[in-house]
Amino acid sequence: MSIDNLSLLLPEIALLTLACATLMVDIFSNDPKHGPGYWLAQLTLLVTAVLVLVTYTGDSQYAMAGMFVSDAMSGLLKFAICIISLFALFYSREYLLRHDIIKGEYFVLGLFAVLGMLVMVSANNLLTVYLGLELLSLSLYAMVAIHRDSSSASEAAIKYFVLGAIASGMLLYGISILYGVTGSLELGAVAQVLEGQSDYPTLAIFGLVFVLIGVAFKLGAVPFHMWLPDVYQGAPTAVTLFIGSAPKLAAFAMAIRLLVDGLGPLLPDWQQMLMILAVLSMATGNLIAIAQTNIKRMLAYSTIAHIGFLLLGLVAGNAGGYAGAMFYVITYALMSMGGFAMIILLGRKGAEADQLDDFSGLAERSPWLAFLMLILMFSMAGIPPFLGFWAKWFVLREVIQAGFVWIALLAVAFAIVGAFYYLRVVKLMYFDEPREPDEPQCSTPLRTVLSVNGLSLLLLGLSPGLLMSLCMAAFSP
Amino acid sequence: MFEQIIFYSFGTMLLLSALMVISVRNPVYAALFLVLAFFSTSAIWLLLRAEFLAIVLVLVYVGAVMVLFLFVVMMLDINLARLRAGFMRYLPAGALVALVLAASMVLVVGGEGFNEIRESGLAERGPAYSNTAELGEALFTAYLYPLEIAGAILLVAIIAAIALTQRAKRETKAQNPDAQVAVRRQDRVRLVKMSSERDSE
Repeated sequence: MSIDNLSLLLPEIALLTLACATLMVDIFSNDPKHGPGYWLAQLTLLVTAVLVLVTYTGDSQYAMAGMFVSDAMSGLLKFAICIISLFALFYSREYLLRHDIIKGEYFVLGLFAVLGMLVMVSANNLLTVYLGLELLSLSLYAMVAIHRDSSSASEAAIKYFVLGAIASGMLLYGISILYGVTGSLELGAVAQVLEGQSDYPTLAIFGLVFVLIGVAFKLGAVPFHMWLPDVYQGAPTAVTLFIGSAPKLAAFAMAIRLLVDGLGPLLPDWQQMLMILAVLSMATGNLIAIAQTNIKRMLAYSTIAHIGFLLLGLVAGNAGGYAGAMFYVITYALMSMGGFAMIILLGRKGAEADQLDDFSGLAERSPWLAFLMLILMFSMAGIPPFLGFWAKWFVLREVIQAGFVWIALLAVAFAIVGAFYYLRVVKLMYFDEPREPDEPQCSTPLRTVLSVNGLSLLLLGLSPGLLMSLCMAAFSP
Repeated sequence: MFEQIIFYSFGTMLLLSALMVISVRNPVYAALFLVLAFFSTSAIWLLLRAEFLAIVLVLVYVGAVMVLFLFVVMMLDINLARLRAGFMRYLPAGALVALVLAASMVLVVGGEGFNEIRESGLAERGPAYSNTAELGEALFTAYLYPLEIAGAILLVAIIAAIALTQRAKRETKAQNPDAQVAVRRQDRVRLVKMSSERDSE
């Protein structure tokens, strides 16, 4: 067997090579702000994104003995992951500099996490899915723990590590059972074997349950969400921002690869399980978020609710539903990144702005920042014309068309409940007295990038057609 | 016959040394018994004609991991009494797990899945057959991609371990000869003028 189609892997190869180069450059540079390492890391992501575009063909192509697939979905998701990570690393550096905890390894680990995500997105084999996930998770564990003097970050890292290891174990167990049932690790072959049997063995469903638990853990769906609030709150905000953005895209890709590509014939089984997970996530996330006073924790519970919505798209069980879920996850990554970036911006050295009170009267201190936060919150709540509205609309449309009207009604009900805590932030900003009168200090680049991030939600929301058609194209046969 | 004698002698050695690992008092002995256990395992693997795995086990586990382990055991002051404190309390649970494991192993190995191997024994390969070459070929063709990713994972592990354990530079006690040579008298000695004092007594 020869190594065929190596050029398809160009983005991954470039990323790995440049990540190693970043490591070396950072070690030998004496810049206390880690400028060279940081800029090389950003350049790496940019090069990878360009290479993803260059190698994009739109149809499914396989490489590396069928372990790797490049199709329309992987192209779009990889590009989105690179661009979102680019923003995330920028925000991270601002935070790390401000809190004086900058380390060059942060950017290198970030690059390796992106590599893990790309591997997951293009995985066509159970083994590659797992290895990509481990590469991503291992980098994230270390990033959470990178601020060693903070006891809350260490606690979060340990929790994340232990629960993540359990989830990986579950996933691996499910994979081993599927291998036992089908005799193959390749996703296409697994689907083929299962397709052939009209009554597949109970053992296959047993394996499916464990795989699904692994995926739900990584996405943070209830009842496998316990790690999420603690990690989001405990980790340095820069890391929370990173975890909350691009890795969700990778987790979505993993769900699609495993459930649709590999276990497609078991659709009626996992549809029911996902339905329960989705409803529980929306209920728990939205209801518990109301009681939070820490905004990082509130956003963590809001993540859980968003994940529930995303799972709804998968419940629809057709190409439209998957496209809706993909649209949702990209939208979510943009919104969540903006939200955490705002927390970073308002914070100062030694004092994180992670309480709801820190947002009181923001409109008086800085009308523009308050307006950006308003966009973010409205978008998360799903108020038109922002992008978040279209994401919810897209998913709901597909769910109703697939015939699950009651579940769509539940989703809308919980979305309205959720609107409360988003609007509360807006109320605090515009109608409450500021606790400190001065304008929040931030560098011009940070303000500019955050503005781009926030306005993108408005602009994309005004013309959602482009992104929507891209998502639809990713799943059209 | 000869193979069976070898198998049973190494098997007995493996079981005994494994038992000693958890029962001896001295942690250094325990680590050495673990070495013996690995060694017996690798002999059994050789009997199964898995020569590459057998050699790797000795090289990696005995040669590298266990030596490191011994270092750690000798460097750290391990409180044995505390380590052993819960032994009797956890014994029933541990025994139960061991029983379940043993039962499931008997069921699996005694089951139908292994009929073929039990009846015909290992597949006969010619003398030119080398499983090192076979493994290498599989790893570097069909499994090249996972192998590369695994390499990246190990690199991340190294980076993470260093990033998380390395202390800031100021805490190292390395000498700086440049500064030592350049030192002047004024930096070290402070002359204090003071009036002479009489002994009070």
